[in-house]
Amino acid sequence: MTRKTRRLWLVLACVACLGTAAALILRAFSSDIVFFVTPSQVEASPPPADRTVKLGGMVVAGSVKREKHGETPVATFAVTDGQAAVTVHYEGILPDLFREGQSVVAIGTVQPSHGFVASEVLAKHDETYMPKEVAEALKKSGKWDPRFGPPPSAASWNSMTIQDASKTLSAPAAAH
Amino acid sequence: MLSPELGHYALALACVLAAAQGLIPLIGASRRDARLMALAPGLAIGQMIALGVSFLSLIYAAVTDDFSVQNIAENSAVSKPLLYKITGVWGNHEGSILLWALILGLCGAAVAAFGRNLPSALRARVIAVLGLVATGFELFCLTTSDPFARIWPAPMDGQGMNPLLQDPGLAFHPPILYTGYVGFAVPFAFAIAALIEGRVDAAWGRWVRPWAVAAWCFLTCGIAMGSWWSYYVLGWGGYWFWDPVENASLIPWLTGTALIHSAIVVEKREALKIWTVLLAIATFSFSLSGTFLVRSGILNSVHAFANDPARGVFILGLLGVVIGGSLALFAYRAPTLTAGGLFAPISREGALVLNNILLCSLCAVVLTGTMYPPFMSLLFDRTISVGKPFFDATTIPLALPLFIFMGFGPMLPWKRAQLWPVLQKLWLAAIVAALACAVAVFELSGLLAILCAAAALWVIAASVTDLAERTRLFRAPVATSIQRARMLPRAIIGTAIAHAGVGITVLGLAAMSQAQHKIVEVPIGTTEQLAGYDWTLKAVKQEPGPNYTAMVATLEVRRNGRLVTVMRPSKRSFNSQNQTTTDVAIHTNMLADLYGVLGDRHGPDTNPTYVLRLHYNPLAPWMWLGALIMAFGGALSLSDRRMRIGAPQRAKPTPASSSVS
Amino acid sequence: MTTPSDNLTRRRLLMALPLAGAGVAGVAFWKMLDGMEHGSFNPHDINAPVLDRPVPDFTLAPLPPAEGFTTQNLQQLDKPVLVNFFASWCIPCLAEMPTLMTLKDKLTMWGIAYKDKPENTASFLRHSGNPFTRLGDDHTGRAGIEWGISGVPETFLVGAGGIIRWHTAAPLTDQTINKVLLPLVQRLQTP
Repeated sequence: MTRKTRRLWLVLACVACLGTAAALILRAFSSDIVFFVTPSQVEASPPPADRTVKLGGMVVAGSVKREKHGETPVATFAVTDGQAAVTVHYEGILPDLFREGQSVVAIGTVQPSHGFVASEVLAKHDETYMPKEVAEALKKSGKWDPRFGPPPSAASWNSMTIQDASKTLSAPAAAH
Repeated sequence: MLSPELGHYALALACVLAAAQGLIPLIGASRRDARLMALAPGLAIGQMIALGVSFLSLIYAAVTDDFSVQNIAENSAVSKPLLYKITGVWGNHEGSILLWALILGLCGAAVAAFGRNLPSALRARVIAVLGLVATGFELFCLTTSDPFARIWPAPMDGQGMNPLLQDPGLAFHPPILYTGYVGFAVPFAFAIAALIEGRVDAAWGRWVRPWAVAAWCFLTCGIAMGSWWSYYVLGWGGYWFWDPVENASLIPWLTGTALIHSAIVVEKREALKIWTVLLAIATFSFSLSGTFLVRSGILNSVHAFANDPARGVFILGLLGVVIGGSLALFAYRAPTLTAGGLFAPISREGALVLNNILLCSLCAVVLTGTMYPPFMSLLFDRTISVGKPFFDATTIPLALPLFIFMGFGPMLPWKRAQLWPVLQKLWLAAIVAALACAVAVFELSGLLAILCAAAALWVIAASVTDLAERTRLFRAPVATSIQRARMLPRAIIGTAIAHAGVGITVLGLAAMSQAQHKIVEVPIGTTEQLAGYDWTLKAVKQEPGPNYTAMVATLEVRRNGRLVTVMRPSKRSFNSQNQTTTDVAIHTNMLADLYGVLGDRHGPDTNPTYVLRLHYNPLAPWMWLGALIMAFGGALSLSDRRMRIGAPQRAKPTPASSSVS
Repeated sequence: MTTPSDNLTRRRLLMALPLAGAGVAGVAFWKMLDGMEHGSFNPHDINAPVLDRPVPDFTLAPLPPAEGFTTQNLQQLDKPVLVNFFASWCIPCLAEMPTLMTLKDKLTMWGIAYKDKPENTASFLRHSGNPFTRLGDDHTGRAGIEWGISGVPETFLVGAGGIIRWHTAAPLTDQTINKVLLPLVQRLQTP
């Protein structure tokens, strides 16, 4: 076998493998990439039923219903972006930070008769995630001082009343 | 005593020593000044000792609850158990960078200690490159993430640690994973030294391989531990999420695996030299950039790190110097290296090249999938996410041929081989794979799962065949076989074991695609059926713990009326941190895991219902067992006499040397 | 036939490829980090960006004694205005207030109280100071939906003609203001 044929083998193997990889990637990109859609986009042009999408929007206040189909817990709620609302069905446990009027991301498919069937629901603010800027701002303003305890959890940002806030405000001030 | 100031000073001292370690031997090597070169090992060991003192001071501060140190105040608390006080030191950004630097220092000292037989110039340059990298990280540690910063006034108690992180599995995961990442700094340093020297030969391949194999073993264990942790702590029954954090460890693992294979070709055939140098640089570059890009917040990960773009700029600068510098050197010097020979496609080296091509294609796929969302968002302002379906559809078809060739590869002779004799030896393995395929068609659903299961058994059977052939098992008297097995180089046994480990992991993965689960909301006393088991919720009780209260369920699992196990999944509420964690109950018989999670409580107090998540995970433990076997195979081949670090000598340029293998 | 020097050039080009690849990736990462610092790039964002689009149609109840505002008011702007969604129940909003107070003299700010009782809004502004020249009450959260906010606080910079020029979903910090917001306002005012 000459040097040239040997090199040809090598180049062929490389091209074949990388070509396959590229083809697989392109094929997967056209079918397996998950796009973010808004309820109005779903309304205007529903994605095909076998296409997984991420639906982002706000939970319509008062739309959340928890039921049991047999023994399976099923939650139903509407997600809106202002122009349109889409009903989401979800079998399973809603995240702790799921609340009406707050943003959610639902991952699932649009079924012609059933609305949006979610396989996963994510509340956008999760409990452990505290944006750095928020932590800094809280610290700077004296609402929270790392020396006096853990930061208020994201859940409590929304449930805390102005009275609670002024309490946390006055506590470090008193300690100074 | 060990005060934080001493630790800080020791860190600064280590930084200065590292800079000296980086410059003096390099100058010495270029001037051929033996005295300057001889300073390298001493400086490397000195730097390691300084880092050790620094690290011990931080541990001491954590153990003695010195909350005047900001890092301790933010991550520790008086009530925390001692073990977590110690392991918590590296559970945060600052401490983990210090641990990173310490491991890098240990690598430098290891080269100094075990590299006595290396040519002095090469050893000086390798240690120098490690010193330069260490200088960068210690500067990073000192300037932007000082673990010893004090706060005043010191709080009475610290803030404690995220309860999710209070877990023995996670406590020891970072050191092992980091040793894997940082360990690839040594092959990287060898590659840079070779580029400076302008010489890559068989001996270089032999010196570099043990270091690469050692780092690879640690990385394999680290990835397996991380995956196991997410399996039993996160409570979703999932073991791999294709999350950027996980991909960041998988990418260097893939290139590292390619590296340990291509280094064999350099050693035996003096070919693939430039490619191996590039792989060594790439593996360390991916280790570095993966971990650090995740921390800068560019990659969107479910694992929350404190995202800090400002810190990210420093990291990017550092990465630019290390990676950009080494690739620039590569572009400058590599074209002048003598290219190795080409060889026949059907031969051991041909198979190893194919392994490299396939592993690198896999790596390219994973890299594309990981980097696509941020690039799309940057270039086209489109938000997309790439998840499991993408990676399943792209990686499995590329991995399957890899598994098939893994069976042949080790049995092909070097230089020029015939395929037919090898196939004849493997007929039994082929039958096993075909049978497995037939069984899988009935047992498993999904074409890819069936093919994976068959490929996994093929790999295991071929590895066993390889060993059986070499020991002439069943064809010669047993005593002869044992004798031959004793004489067999450990590297060959190690290879077979590691390959079988891959098969076991893949078998576990294929079976896990058939996992069943069920989410139910039931009152006490209900019996659920899943995968042929009857799961009965017997009771739910409140139990107090040291710093939490737990809601503990008693779940009886029966099969055909016979009691299999009583599981006690629980949900813990930590009073101090306003957090809950779920404690998964897992029962395993090594063939399948029964996995139970307790969810929320609903309904009136008189007749409450509980959400239960039940999983049946066939062959789940095999995934991690296989990884451990892979690492064991690697470690076994490390103990091979011929692989022992430093033992080989550079071949003399005489014709006789070609016969020495 | 290729000459040896041709061959070497080809090899040089080939060996420089990894460096070029790493360079491109490095520049892209630098742009991303830069964008993250300036709030123009956020990999964690789920919404399609509203940048350089006209403000949506919305209606707000006024919060006396302050004057309210409408879409038309924003469309008739000739200089930039900062529109800030806030709520008294939101701790990061409270944290953001001192920063907004320092910005008050440099930039006109209109506030939208999101899902809040008017009396709570009033006591919130009494407590933390009122940086807003106009105030709207979005009691139902409807306007928030029209604007596509994901929570509070969220801030939009509306330029002349009612075009959204900048947007952040995080509390404003001095750094963002001095490095990004004020330079942008400067640029918008000097065409």
